[in-house]
Parts: sequence; structure tokens; C-alpha cells
Amino acid sequence: MKRTLVKKIALSLALAAAAGSTLTACGSSSSAGEKTLTVFAASSLKGTFTSLAATFEASHPGVKVVFDFDGSAALVTQIKAGAPADVFASAATKNMTALGATAVSPKDFATNVLEIAAPSGNPAHVTDLSDLARSGLKLVVCDPAVPCGAAAATLATKNHLTLSPVSKEQSVAGVLSKVETGQADAGLVYVTDVKSAGSKVVGIAIPKADNVTSTYPIAVLSSAAQTTLAQQWVAFVLSSEGQKVLHDAGFGAA
Amino acid sequence: MMQGSALPEPRRSGLPRWLWLPAAVGAAFIAVPVGAMVEQVDWRHFGSLISTESSRDALRLSLETSAMSTLLCVVIGTPMALVLARTRFPGQRVVRAVVLLPLVLPPVVGGLALLEAFGRRGLLGHTMDVLGIDIAFSTTAVVIAQTFVALPFLVISLEGALRTFGTRYDDVAATLGAAPTTVMRRVTLPLVGPAMTAGIVLCFARALGEFGATITFAGSLQGRTATIPVQIYLSFIDDSPQATALGVVLIGVAVVVIAVAGRRITGGTP
Repeated sequence: MKRTLVKKIALSLALAAAAGSTLTACGSSSSAGEKTLTVFAASSLKGTFTSLAATFEASHPGVKVVFDFDGSAALVTQIKAGAPADVFASAATKNMTALGATAVSPKDFATNVLEIAAPSGNPAHVTDLSDLARSGLKLVVCDPAVPCGAAAATLATKNHLTLSPVSKEQSVAGVLSKVETGQADAGLVYVTDVKSAGSKVVGIAIPKADNVTSTYPIAVLSSAAQTTLAQQWVAFVLSSEGQKVLHDAGFGAA
Repeated sequence: MMQGSALPEPRRSGLPRWLWLPAAVGAAFIAVPVGAMVEQVDWRHFGSLISTESSRDALRLSLETSAMSTLLCVVIGTPMALVLARTRFPGQRVVRAVVLLPLVLPPVVGGLALLEAFGRRGLLGHTMDVLGIDIAFSTTAVVIAQTFVALPFLVISLEGALRTFGTRYDDVAATLGAAPTTVMRRVTLPLVGPAMTAGIVLCFARALGEFGATITFAGSLQGRTATIPVQIYLSFIDDSPQATALGVVLIGVAVVVIAVAGRRITGGTP
């Protein structure tokens, strides 16, 4: 009796192991006709890229576009560590350059500028850039390690402002959520973030002369599993159709 | 081997030998990643990596806030465990389930919940504003986040021990004329001392590693809210060798804490 029990357990362990390997097999090579394009993109591209993916999938039957939206710096670290990405779209040239030859001939596809975001109702009455240096104001920016933080630092230097943020977030999405929830009185985000947040935040525009422009590059990765599809995606983003979606979301032309 | 006819005297039952294999796989599953990370550390620059201003600030902040939140867990968790273990009241099961929720809740969700309660626009935000308390982005917010996630560890260890010991000693003490507070102080709590130590260690370790709730609720600023886990993540996204170096420091602290009092965690002989 006991022996059969042991056998049963051994058998179920073996079966579990076999099932496990079948599952991984399923995950790595999807059935014929089904292709997955993996795009790593800066978190500020979430809205536009998600809507572009719907159009792309419609014109490429059997293709599924999956995203990882995060701070550009985190994505670079992941790609360097061997994350299975086909395309990388960065919020700054610096992070694309950090990939070296892994990023195959990057192309600039959009620009973005900073804007002040305040919670709905603007409780701290922020009206211009100089207000950000006001003492007691709870200002949230991105950490200098990520593009939006680097841009914020440049903005402060350019306008001779000493900013004392209460938090330096790991991505622009982090800044936006702190503002949306009213935890922060103001945050420095991209103009496109203010637009996509809708009524949850109030945008306070920064005059063009004082502002900082970030350039967004996109590239197919040398490690891409779906090189052709990846090239088609990049071409689509650069096409007039792709550019229109980006423009409508508030991005500038590169 | 085990079937055989009835033996004249009882045999000591050993563990089935095949058990060693999955057990070893399990041990390797934890040891290999930790070892791989330790191997990645830039040991030549280890000293300078962990002594930068941001590292020192993060380490100091982490130890201070974890100690503070562990203390809070003891102060509010002990009464909770006593009430849950020694009394019966309607809805007790529901209360216990809610109290233990942070154990299984994703920390980020915990952070969101704290935001809805203590945030500036949260449930209690207005009241706290009137009282002049502003915890947004403060070290207090870090302690609150850590206490929230660590508290169940103290309650669960203590309540389990209280139930195991039962009320026999308490009853005897009461019969001898001791007042309830005296019984608790002189009999009940000393009995569960080892479980208390285990709970404290688990609380401290959980608070030390807290990341998700902190980043959601308290933000990230050097010296004020950027604890070691936050600093490690920041170093990681910046592709800095500081990430693994600080990771090793955190492992070191955790190992020391567990080694000092860890024998008691498993409930073995103290």
C-alpha cells in the first residue's frame, strides 16, 4: 500500500514537471500564425502606443502587440539583462545611447515638453514656474535617473530655480499619481501626461522659451525575435498615421 | 520497506529518503539566486558603494523606521493578539481575517489603501489637516506603511502561542487572587516570550524589506522617505553597481537579525 502511494507521488511529481515544461514550451513558441511583438516603451507613451497597437493589430492579423511601460532607465536595465524585447522607445536620447549597438539605428519620432500638473482645483494656487520654488509647496518630480527627472533638473537650472521636491519618483507615472491623488500640490510631468490625465489634474503651461524639450527615439533591438514585425512597428510609428496620433496626444514632431 | 508484518516493538519512523530531493531543490531555489547576486557584487568598490551619502542615509532611515514600526507593532499588536486569542465576540473570524489581510495583500494595494485613509484627500485626511498633522511624504508615512504590512506578523505569532498554552496558568493565577492585569503581566506574557521574540524579528524583517506600500504612500526622497529597498530600486533602474551592494547589506542585516533570534521563529525549543 505504502509503496504504491510513493509511486503515485513520484508519478504526480513527474507529471507536474512534464506539465511545467509543456507550459514553458507553449509560452516560448506560440502556434503558427500567432505572432507576438514585444515593445518596451517609456511610461509617457502608454496612451498613444496602446491606441496605435489596436490599429497595428487590425492591419496585421494574427499579431499581438504586448507592452512594458516603465521609466526609460528601468527598461534599459531590463533589456541589458536580456529581457525579450523587440522594440525600445525611449523618452530621452541618453537612455537609447546607453544600449549601444543593441539598439539598431535609432530614429527620433516625437518630442515632448514639460508642464506643471496640479490636482483638480489647484489647491495651492500654482500659477507659474516660480511658484514651484515656494517653501511649503509639496512638489513632486522624477528622479534624475529617469528622463523626466533629468529634464526637470535642466528646467530648474535654465530658470535659476532651486527646487526642493518632497519626492523623486521612479517614473513620470509615479509623479502623476501623486498629483492625481492630491498628495502633492504640484508635479513636473510632460504636457502629454496632463492631457491624458483629463480632469483629474490641472495643467499650468510653461512658456516655450523657459521650457525643456525632450526627444524620443525608437529602435529595433538587435536581439529582437520578431525583426520584421519590429521594423513594421517602427515604420508605423513614423508614418503620417502614427504621427497624427502622437500629435493629437500633445507630442511634437521630431 | 515499510509494509512488513507487525513488529514486536515500535520502530522509529524515519523520513522517506526520496524527500531529500525536492527538499534540496527547494533549498537551491532560494540559495542560488542569493548566491548569484552576491557573486555579482563589485567587491573591490563595495566599501565606497555602501558608504555614499545616499546609501548611508537610506541605511540609517531604514533601521530607524523599522525599529519604530516594530515598536508600534508590539504596542498595538500584543493587545490585538490577546483579544483575538482569549475572548469570543461576534464577528471575530471576520475581524481576524481583516487584521491578517496585509499578509496576503500586494504591498502596492496596501499603499493605495493607506492613501485613501491617511492621504491628504483621504478619509481621515481632512481631520488630520484640521489637527495640523501632515504626513504626506514624511518619514511618519514610511513608518505607517511599514507598520501596516508588519503588524499581522506579530499578531499571528503571538495569537498562535497564546492558544497553544491555553488558559490553565492564567486560571491558577486568578484563583490565587491575581487581578487580570497582573495575570497578563506576570503569567501570560512571560509564557509567550519566545513567540513575542519571533514576532518582533518577523516584524522588523518585514518592515526592513518594505517597498511597495512605501513608494505608493510615502514617495521617495533621500534621507526622508528613501529607505534601502527604495534606494536599491533606484540604483537598479540607474544601472548602478550600488544596487547589488546595498542588496547584500540588506541580506546581511536580515541574516544577523534572524540568526540572533531566529531559532525561535520555527517554534522549536528556545
